[in-house]
Amino acid sequence: MTHVEREQWDVVVVGAGGAGLRAAIEARRAGARTAVICKSLFGKAHTVMAEGGIAASMANVHPQDDWKTHFRDTMRGGKFLNQWRMAELHAQEAPERVWELETWGALFDRTPDGRISQRNFGGHEYPRLAHVGDRTGLELLRTLQQRSVGLQQEDHRETGDHEGRLKVFQEFTVTRILKDGDGRVSGVFCYERESGRFLVLEAPAVVLATGGIGKSFKVTSNSWEYTGDGHALALIAGAPLVNMEFVQFHPTGMVWPPSVKGILVTESVRGDGGVLRNSEGRRFMFDYVPDVFKEKYAETEEEGDRWYEDPDHNRRPPELLPRDEVARAINSEVKAGRGSPHGGVFLDVSTRMPAETIKRRLPSMYHQFKELADVDITAEAMEVGPTCHYVMGGVNVDSETAATVGVPGLFAAGEVAGGMHGSNRLGGNSLSDLLVFGRRAGLYAAQYALSGVGGGIVADDVEAAAAEALAPFGSVSGAGGDHGPEEDAGPPENPYTLHQELQQTMNDLVGIIRREGEMAEALDRIAALRARARRVTVEGHRQFNPGWHLALDLRNMLLVGECVALAALERTESRGGHTREDYPAMDRAWRPVNLLCRLDGDGIALERTRTEPVRPDLLALFEQDELAKYLAEDELEGLEGGHGA
Amino acid sequence: MSTYDARFRVWRGDADGGELTDYTVEVHDGEVVLDVVHRLQATQTPDLAVRWNCKAGKCGSCSAEINGRPRLLCMTRMSVFTRDEVITVTPMRAFPVVRDLVTDVSFNYAKAREIPAFVPPAGVGPGEYRMRQEDVERSQEFRKCIECFLCQDTCHVVRDHEENKEAFAGPRFLMRVAELDMHPLDAAEEAGLDRRRTAQEEHGLGYCNITKCCTEVCPESIHITDNALIPMKERVVDRKYDPLVWLGNTIRRRKAT
Repeated sequence: MTHVEREQWDVVVVGAGGAGLRAAIEARRAGARTAVICKSLFGKAHTVMAEGGIAASMANVHPQDDWKTHFRDTMRGGKFLNQWRMAELHAQEAPERVWELETWGALFDRTPDGRISQRNFGGHEYPRLAHVGDRTGLELLRTLQQRSVGLQQEDHRETGDHEGRLKVFQEFTVTRILKDGDGRVSGVFCYERESGRFLVLEAPAVVLATGGIGKSFKVTSNSWEYTGDGHALALIAGAPLVNMEFVQFHPTGMVWPPSVKGILVTESVRGDGGVLRNSEGRRFMFDYVPDVFKEKYAETEEEGDRWYEDPDHNRRPPELLPRDEVARAINSEVKAGRGSPHGGVFLDVSTRMPAETIKRRLPSMYHQFKELADVDITAEAMEVGPTCHYVMGGVNVDSETAATVGVPGLFAAGEVAGGMHGSNRLGGNSLSDLLVFGRRAGLYAAQYALSGVGGGIVADDVEAAAAEALAPFGSVSGAGGDHGPEEDAGPPENPYTLHQELQQTMNDLVGIIRREGEMAEALDRIAALRARARRVTVEGHRQFNPGWHLALDLRNMLLVGECVALAALERTESRGGHTREDYPAMDRAWRPVNLLCRLDGDGIALERTRTEPVRPDLLALFEQDELAKYLAEDELEGLEGGHGA
Repeated sequence: MSTYDARFRVWRGDADGGELTDYTVEVHDGEVVLDVVHRLQATQTPDLAVRWNCKAGKCGSCSAEINGRPRLLCMTRMSVFTRDEVITVTPMRAFPVVRDLVTDVSFNYAKAREIPAFVPPAGVGPGEYRMRQEDVERSQEFRKCIECFLCQDTCHVVRDHEENKEAFAGPRFLMRVAELDMHPLDAAEEAGLDRRRTAQEEHGLGYCNITKCCTEVCPESIHITDNALIPMKERVVDRKYDPLVWLGNTIRRRKAT
């Protein structure tokens, strides 16, 4: 028997980004003793990379903004595939969540009358994003981090212990959700990265807040942490993932030099007036406004430019279309031979704003290009191209409580949860999502945990988890799980090599533009990689060993990669973050269809389910003509003469 | 694209000791030191321990010392070195080594806990906060901090004097006190908390003799000394009793003219 230390908690939160910390703060406030586990140091989560802002209809800059407008924009951005109740709650609660940050010390940029300033962003009808220059994510995360520390200080004053009610386990990785004999959550199995020692945290409720999957792709804006851990943990625990085919390629990542390829260039550049041009100097986005958005975007450069000063009498420039549209347009321009020297297009602010304004409004971008690419963005254009940025798909959750479907005691919030953003997320809706659903997940996880449910840990499961984690040192049966010896024949494999091959596969075959044959090939390659992953062997010992850590993360990346490829192959239409060359149009018949992925033995099983009908009063927020562009025939029939909005 | 072989010396070891190990490794155009460390992991030594996250200078994880200078590995371009230069990479010296380039930075998290949090003003509800942009800008500069702890590493108050760690919060956390003290709506005073006095008496502001080493290594170019530490010193004591403040001001004035 391996000896594994155990601790008892009420709620365990996996991940210390915006969603995880907001969940932890709420769970502790609700009276639950709460443990937070994160792979990195406390305060380094991927949330700090978010630049542009937090979308919330506070109406500080445009008085007509309200939650209904935000809801409409979110549904349009997601091409109506959004889990509508999530989009509704999100739009309604986002302002409170932002204001609450101020009471915890956040310092947003201000309007002239001293309120929180709000900026324009793609797909948002009004200036809606609360921001701090172009480092809004850092402000959000630091505020939540400092609020957590503040709560620990309160606990210390009261009990003499900083960590009795809220403790952060930094540089720990969770490899398994543990369940009791009845299938309810009973804790997590994790290892400490620094020492390699194992630890079991027993808890009746676990909140997954692990972020995304970008590290399965070669060109990505995501950090090493984004290996789809929460997605895989949920799958293995028995919870399905929904709509994994929808992966957002942010239109503007750096393309040069090679070592920085994929690093994000914030959408604020366009929100503040930056324009996209091809090698001929043409603002090509005017050629790519799709029919569903035709009435809402400017047709001439003059009108688009006037909009920045007079948004009530002009339409916005098409550079501010939702991200999926802009990314596809850039891709097409490059393919047509009108790209920039390093395979992107030009993003220019230098001719649009004075140098001082650029430095003030976009300080990180100025710094990033100066330091990493020798480009002065106040004097010349940036070269940009699409980069894998965000996964809309994720763990299938209940809209109100963030509880996963099918595993009692398991919750999910933030990027790891699916549904909220439909087929495409609007910029700024991620940070607000973290706050709204992080809070909800923490609240309902605490209520569930304190209701007295939950059984014990099954000892065999702990043994199995320990054996799985140690496998790469012995390489008999590796990160892929239990398999017969005949499958394991072959040379030992290097985790770095397998990771690179997976990234190349996802990038080339399940990337921004997809084709049936290529996705089928991707599935074959992933299957082969999974077989080889069982022979992954690492050198050295368990103390802070990156090769070992990667070997364990590979299981998750391979599972997630398979889900993305499988769902993408199934959905024979193009919608949001899923573009099929062989099915280039959005097909209304697919609107009410969700694709669920479940773990079935060693493989992934796919299931089609029908989405819950949108509540009539929410449909009434749209014109009938607009609904006719999105809803399936049978959905429209139900509406006949229903409302007169 | 051109490539060449660079010579690296990387500190390998753990709490019990270690040594500089030589590597020859390929370098491509436009790369940063972290790219080269990653290539070492992928091709020569998979268990080389290094912290990193964003690789874009935004998270402050990959702090180390390059040729003895505290820097972020992800923001140090290979082009700043000549091709025949030997590049030495060592862990931050002020903190205990865990393994290779990874250090135990728990000192910083302990200090963070000692600074009392923001105190919200009584009677001002969520959504009612009103502040002018020019009033929030001072604290906003300090909130750019990515907590890389390079300033903590380079500050000679602790770098060469382990015994000072108990009484000295270090530049990052003295700056945190300044940030809260300059926050337009922080109500610490009304709650009976004197941030200026505690800066001096509990967080060791007096140890700082404004050599500006922290400012020099800050990857966010925050003016830690000029905008946070010196103003805090001014707020703390009557200036005639602190010759260093007088000196600091004199130096600043000279620079400005």
